[in-house]
Order: sequence, then C-alpha cells, then structure tokens
Amino acid sequence: MSFAYLVSLLYQYADNIAFLLLAALGLMIILGVINVINLAHGELIMMGAYITTLTYHHIHLPLPLCMILSVIIVGLFGMFLERTVIRRFYNDKLGALVATWGIGLILSQGFLLLLGPSMQSVPLPEWTVSFGAYSFGGYRLLLFAIAILVTLGAWWFFYNTRLGVQTRATMQNATMTQSLGVDTGRIYLLTFAGGSALAGLTGALYAPTTTIVPLMGTTFVDVAFITVVVGGGANPIIGALTSSALLSMVSTGLSAAMGTFIGRIGLLIAALVVIRFLPQGFSGYILDMKRRRMAREAE
Amino acid sequence: MKRNRIFEILPLLNGPMELGQGRNFWILFCLFSLVLFGYALVGSVFSLSNLAIFFAYVPMGLGLGLLWGYGGVLSFGQAAFFGISGYVYGIVAGNLISTPGGTLLAAACGVVGTMTLAAAFGYFVFYGQVSGWIIPLLTLVLSLILETFMGQTAGYQWRVGSVLLGGYNGMTGIPSLNLGSLQFSGATVAYYLLVIGTMLIVYLGLRVLVNSRYGHAVAGVREDPERTRMLGYNVNLIQVQVFTLSAGLAGLSGVLYVSWGNYMNPSSMGLLAATLPVIWTAVGGRNSLIAVLISTVTLRYLADALAVRGGEYAFLILGALLLTTMLFFPTGIVVSLARRWHVWRKRDLRMPSSIPAETNQEREDS
Repeated sequence: MSFAYLVSLLYQYADNIAFLLLAALGLMIILGVINVINLAHGELIMMGAYITTLTYHHIHLPLPLCMILSVIIVGLFGMFLERTVIRRFYNDKLGALVATWGIGLILSQGFLLLLGPSMQSVPLPEWTVSFGAYSFGGYRLLLFAIAILVTLGAWWFFYNTRLGVQTRATMQNATMTQSLGVDTGRIYLLTFAGGSALAGLTGALYAPTTTIVPLMGTTFVDVAFITVVVGGGANPIIGALTSSALLSMVSTGLSAAMGTFIGRIGLLIAALVVIRFLPQGFSGYILDMKRRRMAREAE
Repeated sequence: MKRNRIFEILPLLNGPMELGQGRNFWILFCLFSLVLFGYALVGSVFSLSNLAIFFAYVPMGLGLGLLWGYGGVLSFGQAAFFGISGYVYGIVAGNLISTPGGTLLAAACGVVGTMTLAAAFGYFVFYGQVSGWIIPLLTLVLSLILETFMGQTAGYQWRVGSVLLGGYNGMTGIPSLNLGSLQFSGATVAYYLLVIGTMLIVYLGLRVLVNSRYGHAVAGVREDPERTRMLGYNVNLIQVQVFTLSAGLAGLSGVLYVSWGNYMNPSSMGLLAATLPVIWTAVGGRNSLIAVLISTVTLRYLADALAVRGGEYAFLILGALLLTTMLFFPTGIVVSLARRWHVWRKRDLRMPSSIPAETNQEREDS
C-alpha cells in the first residue's frame, strides 16, 4: 500500500464527506429546528440541478451565477411550501412526513412530464490534480471545500448572529422563546427556506457530475436519511459533521474493499447499530453528555 | 368448551376498535362477501383474474393499517417485504418444482423469511426506542437498497440453485401455488377464490386482533408508549411483534402476486412501489381496517385504469391525492365519510348512538 494509494483513499473520503454533508445538512437543520422531516428534500435537490442546467443551456449564464440562481429559487419555493403545507403539520411529525412525500411525488412526476426523462448535463469543469499515479478531479476537491465552508457558515450563523441565537432558542423551547417576543413562525419559515436553499445548492453543485433525471433525488436522499438518523436532530451542525465523518469512513473503506453496493449496505447496517445504542444519534448523545457534565459541575 | 370459545370471539369481531358495528354492517359485509364469491360462478376467467390481483394487495395494505393506524408506527417497508417474500418464494419454488407440495413450502419460506428479516430490523429500531420519524426513513432506505441490489443481479453468476435472479428484467417463470392437481395460477377460478378467502380471513382475523386485549395494548403504545410501559407492558416487544406481523402480511401479498403473474422484478420494491401502501392507508383512513381495505382495492383499480390511459399521470395523481388527503382529510377519506354518515344518521333518528371508534382517532399530538 503506497503513500499515493493512501492519498487517493483520503481523496475518496473527502469526496464522500462532501456528498453526505451537502445532501443532509439542510434536512438536518429543518429537523433540528422545526422537528419535521422533509421527504421532498431529494426533489428539492433535483429542482436545484434542473434550474442550474436549464439556465446554463438556455439563458447561457456563467455556471456560478446559475448555481446562485437555483439556490435562490429553491429557497423561495421552500418558503412557499412552508406557508402552504408544512405549517399545518408542526404537531404531527408523521403527517408532515407523508404530506412532504406527496409533494415529492408531485414534483418528480411533474418534472418528468414537463421536461422529459433526461436532460443534457452541464459540462464538468475539467481541472485535475495529479499525485503519484493517481489524478484527482479538481471539481471534487472544490466540492469538499464548499461543503466545509457551508457547514462553517451555518455554524457561524447559529452562534454569531442574532437570528441564529433566536433560532437556537426556538429549538430549545419554542413557547418560552415566543413569550420573550420572538416570532417563532418567522423563524420556522426562514429555517425551512434555508434548508430548502441548501438542497438547491446541493443540486446545483452536483449538476455537472451526474445525469439529470427527475428521480435523481433518490440517489441523494438514501444516504442523506442515514446521515440524519445517525447524526440526530439535537444539534444539526455537530450531528452532520460527526455522522458524515463516521459514515464516510464506513462507506469509503467498504467501497474500496468490496464495491460501492456493499458500501451502501454497510451504511444502513452502521445506522442500525448506532441507533440501537444511541437512539438520539451522535448529536443527542453529545448533548446528553454536556448536560450531565453541567449537572455534575452544579453539584 | 370449544363452543364457548367460539362465542367468546364473536364480541371481539364486533368490537369498538374498528368502524362498522351492528346488524346493518354485518348484513352488508356478508352480502358483499357472497357477491364476491358468487362472481366466481358467473365471471369470465379474464375478469376474475383482473379482479383477483386488486384483492391480492389487501393483506399488505391491512398490514400497514395495523402498524400505522393501530400501532402508530409508519413504515415504507411494506413493498420491500412484499418483494423479499416474492423472491424467496420464487427461489424455493423454482428449485422444488418437481417436489409435491414444494410451492406450499416455498410460500411458507417466503412469509417466514420476510418475518425473520422484519423481526431483526425491528429489534434494532424498536429496542433502541428511536423517535417516530426514524422508522419511515430507515425502511425507505431498506427498500431503495434492496431494489438496487436486486437490480444488479443480472447474469448467470447470480443464481440460487437453478433459479436466475434476473436483475432489472426480473425473475421469470416462477411456478404458481399448487395443491396436488389444483393450480392457483393467475387465470384460474381457484386463484380468485383463494385470494378472496385469504383477504376475508385476514380482515376478520385482524378485526379480532385489534379488539382483543392485545389490540388494546397495541393502541395503548400508539397513544402513549411511556404510560403503557408503566402499566407493565413490554412496549418494545409489542412494537416488534406488530412490525413483524405487518411484514408477514406484506409477504403474503408478495406470494399471492408472484403466484398470479409468475414474475417478480426489483421495481416492485422500489421508491414508487414503497409509496403505494402508504397512499392506500392514508387515503382510506389508517384507523380503520375496512377503510384501508376499500381504498386499497379502489386505488389499485384506479392505478390500473390510469395505466391504460396515460400511465405517466398515475403517480402525479396519486401524489396529489395523498397531499389533498393529508391537508383536508387527515383521518382519511373513507373514515371521514363514515363518520359524517354516523353524525347524519344520529341527527336523523334522534338516537343516542355512540361511535366508540371515534375515541381512538384523536391522536398524533404527541
């Protein structure tokens, strides 16, 4: 096992982390704050990819601008969904799940009817970085950097802005926060829009790397769901980071040794084992530890 | 002694945990069953075969109705269990094709194998006492993974004994259920009668189950798991049992389906297939078995009719139906209609009739 092979494993590991982080972060933030699972997340990702591709081919905007445009449009669409549908299911988690599933079906089948089964994708920027006998896709490295930046940005937002503090307060105790004069309805609206915008960003970023089909959302959500389950909703940022770090390790190792499919089965089994011992996921466990330490210090 | 036991079951059949009590309901129910059986005498084999496949999905729908409506656990795994059972049946039946009774053994293997897998899955999920949203996500992932797995099993190296798994083209030439010289293949009267009989037995059996002491414990877990635990019930075990039973019912549907079409393919456990049982259950009304039964058959018929004239709209319409139901009829369309009818009749006759089933329906606030 040469050093270059290790570097290539590391590259795959970073690639997997980026994928899991980008696919799951929006879903996780919505779960953490609103306590709702958005099963249409994959379809929002698909929308992002479609908008990027369409604007790139038909309006001929530069690629980064297309991506920003899809983030904005999908975010606005999320706002619309929150106002019309999600708002009615704040106290009914399973109801929200089923309703968003219906939205997902309508979106994917609607895109299939409107735009056909597939679409010419955006050309992948061809930068490569070579190391030893291996050459690495520069765009993939860029994705990893963006994933980390987005996560840091979300962290900065939650811990360093006034709105972020209000959001965290809403997460902890919505009634109390409301009585302190924070409009929690607005917080929920903005959170859902933000989560959707992240889905749009994911779709836009991965648009050049995959084939654009209406059912492409599923390739993102199956791993995103596992990441969310393992990470838990107690703290979206810590949950997303820890769970994508662990799961990428599992899938990179297994995929390198036994193929991508075994890698995916390994993810499901890893998730089952983790929730058997940490039912609230990593972030719930970390929160629990923190509370216990504080309780011990208070004595 | 035995006589007494039969009479003990009767009140359970008519118990309060399910819509439809009283003489009128049972007269209608018996009439309807008689019509279904009687149709076997007059209907053409083609129409019987078409009708039978709608009813073959009823056990799967009822299983989800039990799990979600009575047990409070939503699962997207019914299609996966349906598919597993069909594949296991196909593998065993294909290898024992010359053994007498081989297909019955295969059916048993299919259902029991499915239930074993469901129990193992349920152990991890329910004994971890995870939050309610985790189970639908993980069962969905299970379906997707199984579809991908079966999809890549094309080629000669993927075979069990003499049966090829077939990849995306599916497993073909699966023998139908048979009992001696009696063949239950899709285009037979025997198959129609088997499906109708199975459906009625499953419905009545579940009716007894939900009205029994155990059924009340299941509903107790749905209402408040902690309180039920404090009352001395093993909540985790009950949940695993109900999950396993519902998977077994999906497996039963799987065996019936394979016996009908002699064919199984990966998309029967894919994303869209996983959606269907959830739509049937939600649209009918998950708190009532008869509502799930009605909506399963109706929506199967609808999907079939849509597939004939422009199949591309089928899932769009089903998605819209699901969203509309969740927004405007959260308890389900059939259940809402039944309740409205009860209210209307009560006002009409000025009769103080209680609708006990209604007390079980105010939920989902936890």
